[in-house]
Amino acid sequence: MCDKKKVFALGPREKALISVVGFTLIVAVVMLIGSRIPDSAIMTDFANINQAPSSSHIFGTDWMGRDMLLRTLKGLSLSIWVGIICSLSSTCVAVIMGIIGPVFGKKVDAVICFLVDLVLSIPHTIVVILVSIACGGGFRGLVVGVAITHWTSLTRVIRAEILQLKEAEYIKTAEMFGKTRAQICVQHMLPHIVPQLIVGTILVFPHAIIHEASITFLGFGLPSHEPAIGIILSESMKYLTSGQWWLATFPGLTLVLISLAVSSVGRNLEKIIDPAAAYKI
Amino acid sequence: MLLKADAVTFGYTKDKTILKNIDFQIESGEIVGITAPSGFGKSTLGKLLAGYLQPNTGTVTLDGKPLKKGGYNPVQLIFQHPEKNVDPKWKMKKVLREAWNPPQEMIEEMGIRESWMNRWPSELSGGELQRFCVLRALSPETKFLIADEMTTMLDVITQAQIWQVVKKYARLHNMGIIVISHEKALVERLCTRVVYLDNN
Repeated sequence: MCDKKKVFALGPREKALISVVGFTLIVAVVMLIGSRIPDSAIMTDFANINQAPSSSHIFGTDWMGRDMLLRTLKGLSLSIWVGIICSLSSTCVAVIMGIIGPVFGKKVDAVICFLVDLVLSIPHTIVVILVSIACGGGFRGLVVGVAITHWTSLTRVIRAEILQLKEAEYIKTAEMFGKTRAQICVQHMLPHIVPQLIVGTILVFPHAIIHEASITFLGFGLPSHEPAIGIILSESMKYLTSGQWWLATFPGLTLVLISLAVSSVGRNLEKIIDPAAAYKI
Repeated sequence: MLLKADAVTFGYTKDKTILKNIDFQIESGEIVGITAPSGFGKSTLGKLLAGYLQPNTGTVTLDGKPLKKGGYNPVQLIFQHPEKNVDPKWKMKKVLREAWNPPQEMIEEMGIRESWMNRWPSELSGGELQRFCVLRALSPETKFLIADEMTTMLDVITQAQIWQVVKKYARLHNMGIIVISHEKALVERLCTRVVYLDNN
């Protein structure tokens, strides 16, 4: 019994898959467009300064006549780059820390737990600012700062997973078959944490770009000639009181939307690839 | 070869010991049964003999030497629940060849079908999985096999089939087998010697 309506009705898994693909495409397109905008497109144009949003300038223009839509897109693509680099590097740290802790004995584990608690106990913003300054500021300082503060939660997840795996009978059997610890880590343990890894990496991403924007907003991040979202927002502060609401609204809104899109990709992907969650939706 | 437990005492907590002063030994080629009611430490003794656990006092030795850590353990233990004993993320053909490469005729004798090789563990039944678990532990390096309720949850025909392969292989390679079971009929039928653990 399958009537015509049912053929086109989407199940929860299809919906999750569609939203993953859709949002990934949106983020990818934003990144591509943003990175292909030439610097000449955001040159100053004093004939068109402080224009409210209109059909020729959808996001309006700033006090130097630069088109805010193009600046926002360029800033977003920079933010997405920061997000990608930071989430990938913090995942690498998290995998190494999360696996060697439980596998290489209590002392190593204690050191790693201490490091996690240490990083978690200091407000991220302060650490990112300090590290970013210590690394000489700019893009590199920012990426290093954000990367070394965002590995902790994923490390905890992986560590818990590995602790559980370590007691599994098939791991003990593998030990009895003469497998070394490294072999067991790579062959038995890594495949089990892949779902958590993918989801964890993606969920770090929005954190990373929000932190990047906030540090840049405070003036410790990217240099002020870069069209980063944080720069745009902090510059627009001065003009908000004079009624130029579009300078902050649209760039801020797009940053939030991109973060939400990526985080929705992460959560939907979790539903699809996590076997425990896969059957529930 | 001689696998020997000498005055072994063990308890999971300090104040409560399960096994007190147990002496046990098995020679290559022997099939020894260990039987007792539930909770008397049959499985614990099996784990001690295979080196999964260390005794509080006393020693477990293989030819006079303690079991070495690392490398292939010549004393292999097979558990009651095969579904816990195979990596759910490994396909069956990989599971089967984790320790050695079993010859095709043994795979067939065990009743393992070619079509199972490409499946995940969750797609096979307990009895089907247990055949893989038994076969992968029967490598030439295995000198003693401890079957901890190895066939308890299987139907009688599968039990007979698995035991026939194991017995034949043991005779061929002079391997010692310890059968841990509460099924008296099975133990008495299989074993050359039966040990009863009692409440001490």
